[in-house]
Amino acid sequence: MHRRKPWILPPLQPRNLHLPNPQRFGHSRLAYLAALAQLCQRHPPPYLRNQLRAPRLNAFSFWLSAFGGFLLYLSYFAASGLYGAGSAPDVGWFAYAPLTAKVFSPGHSTDYWTLAVLMSGIGTTGTAINIVATTICMRCKGMTLTRMPLLVWLYLVTSCMVFVAVSPLSAAQIMLCLDRYIGSHFFDTQAGGSAVLWMHFFWIFGHPEVYILILPSFAFINEIVPVFSRKAIFGYPAMVAASVGIGFISLSVWAHHMFTVGMGPAGNTFFVFATMVISVPTGIKMFNWLATIWGGKVIYRVPMLFAVGFLFQFLIAGLTGIMLSVAPFDWQLSASYFVVAHFHYVIVGGILFALFAAFYYWYPKMTGRMMNERLGKWHFWLFVIGFHVTFDFMHIPGLLGMPRRVYTYEAGRGWEIWNLLVGIGAIIQGIATLIFVYNLIHSYFRGKEAGPDPWDAWTLEWATPSPPPSYNFAIEPSITSRRPLWDLKHPEDPDSSYE
Amino acid sequence: MQTSNTIPVSADSGEPWVLPHRGIVGMWCLIAAESAIFLIFVVAYIFYLGKNLSGPLPSQVLELPIVGTICLLSSSFTVHAAVTALRKGNVRRCTLALALTILLGAAFLLTTAKEWHYLIYEAGLTIQTNLFGTTYYSLVGLHATHVVVGLLLLIAAFLFSLSGRVTEAHADRLEVLSLYWHFVDAIWVVVFLVVYVIGR
Repeated sequence: MHRRKPWILPPLQPRNLHLPNPQRFGHSRLAYLAALAQLCQRHPPPYLRNQLRAPRLNAFSFWLSAFGGFLLYLSYFAASGLYGAGSAPDVGWFAYAPLTAKVFSPGHSTDYWTLAVLMSGIGTTGTAINIVATTICMRCKGMTLTRMPLLVWLYLVTSCMVFVAVSPLSAAQIMLCLDRYIGSHFFDTQAGGSAVLWMHFFWIFGHPEVYILILPSFAFINEIVPVFSRKAIFGYPAMVAASVGIGFISLSVWAHHMFTVGMGPAGNTFFVFATMVISVPTGIKMFNWLATIWGGKVIYRVPMLFAVGFLFQFLIAGLTGIMLSVAPFDWQLSASYFVVAHFHYVIVGGILFALFAAFYYWYPKMTGRMMNERLGKWHFWLFVIGFHVTFDFMHIPGLLGMPRRVYTYEAGRGWEIWNLLVGIGAIIQGIATLIFVYNLIHSYFRGKEAGPDPWDAWTLEWATPSPPPSYNFAIEPSITSRRPLWDLKHPEDPDSSYE
Repeated sequence: MQTSNTIPVSADSGEPWVLPHRGIVGMWCLIAAESAIFLIFVVAYIFYLGKNLSGPLPSQVLELPIVGTICLLSSSFTVHAAVTALRKGNVRRCTLALALTILLGAAFLLTTAKEWHYLIYEAGLTIQTNLFGTTYYSLVGLHATHVVVGLLLLIAAFLFSLSGRVTEAHADRLEVLSLYWHFVDAIWVVVFLVVYVIGR
């Protein structure tokens, strides 16, 4: 179990290898392999350049997204705003009509926003196409769909969701551009246009987008929980089905952001039920993670600490989500601090915790060095305390009626103490994050050498040196089960014998 | 085997491991994304049917674009013929079929241009006139833009083919292009039904 062999590539076990065409390289396979061992470090053979399927599309999408971001920030300097020189796009993140009309948003800050979102949307779609094509067309030998790591499965689902979620936003932005530039009337209420139509179009993107954020986090947890519980993931097929189910159902819940618009009982009822139904596949995932930990030999290193934090907080976030999915309850609390607390519980308590877990887990693979464990534990405990002080108490002023998007309020409403606590928690989280950033930089130069497989993990990335060479694998691996490295480390009891 | 550090190879490693062509997969993804964009425009069109505050109305000014529709739909067959010919190694036939496809696509664009000319200069309908103008020009225009992009790609393929640089090995790539062209045609069927049949 605890062997820490330096795994040097390429492997030198000729009888285990299925080589593309050894003959063309030399007289015998062994000579070829020995030569390859030297060569591969510097000169990857052309057929081994295993990056994404379409490198040019990759660069194109990346730079489109990046320039979309630059364009958005350029608005601070370039857009003539209400008060002169620069102004931020100031129509709120969902940019409801008719506020975005030329009459109500003069100047160009809204144009910067529209074009930036459109541009980065195209970049996102390009990357999603790339990920799907790579997943379908570049699997190594033996990597059937049912043997793919759950991380890859979830990225596949996320990318498919990008096609159907980001495109409507792009379409809506095209309409907004037409409205603002050449005087069409899509969202122009004066000419019979509908402001509610924009709301629908925006949230058709807006809610699946939340799942586009959370699914990669699920993906990280799927990888981390089994490794640190020393067990295979529980219910792999159910996990895949639940992920695909979330992908589909998430497309039919958008209008739960619009219960206060007045859609009528039929519309409200549909979206209440759809929203409640989506908690079923999410619940399946939660129980599968718990069942993976159950009876396992859990190792509480920093990635696992963050993963457990994720499980706990994401559960609570899901429960307040179910509360808000009930339309009459939502009428009371819509646009209050309760909603703010709910989605920060998802985004900070869920997504950010999973991201931190992923950082600690894959940092050794990315840089070749371990992150400092002691600093990592400080980071975790301070962050988890800060998180709960901030966001647990944030629910209460919401229930007491404090609205969102206010920078101040009258004294004596009973909100002061809660907001003070929220502020203190935020400071604690800030300190924890500074520790994390210090740890990132410090470990990059001073961290312990990681070796190829510091966690004794089972997926293929841990078979490469850390950091991996640009061509990933000197020799394309061929696998027979979901945990190829388990098979390798335990030839007496390989997973493949159970398939 | 105990100390081995290789990735184990399956016992039946002799079996072929065939994965789909990346271009085809990528194009299907693009089609999914584009369909979502068109869906939003179609929904906007249907949502605003009969909500115009002023004329002209679709029933007063729209004619069924029969000729253009026939041209565009038959170009699907010619582009398919081009791919089939190239698969069989018949480059000449492929070039011819591509030329025919381009002509049919251009004929479709011409009928659209004539229709727009009539609407703008005689019927007095622009994108600013009313909700019908807004949704009509944006939906039909979005489709026409896709036809233009497809035509440019087809012209590029045609020129390569004419200069003798296209061989049987490029059949997969041409099929990716033909897939896009079929998609543009399929969208036209939807636009035709929504704008000219249901919306009139």
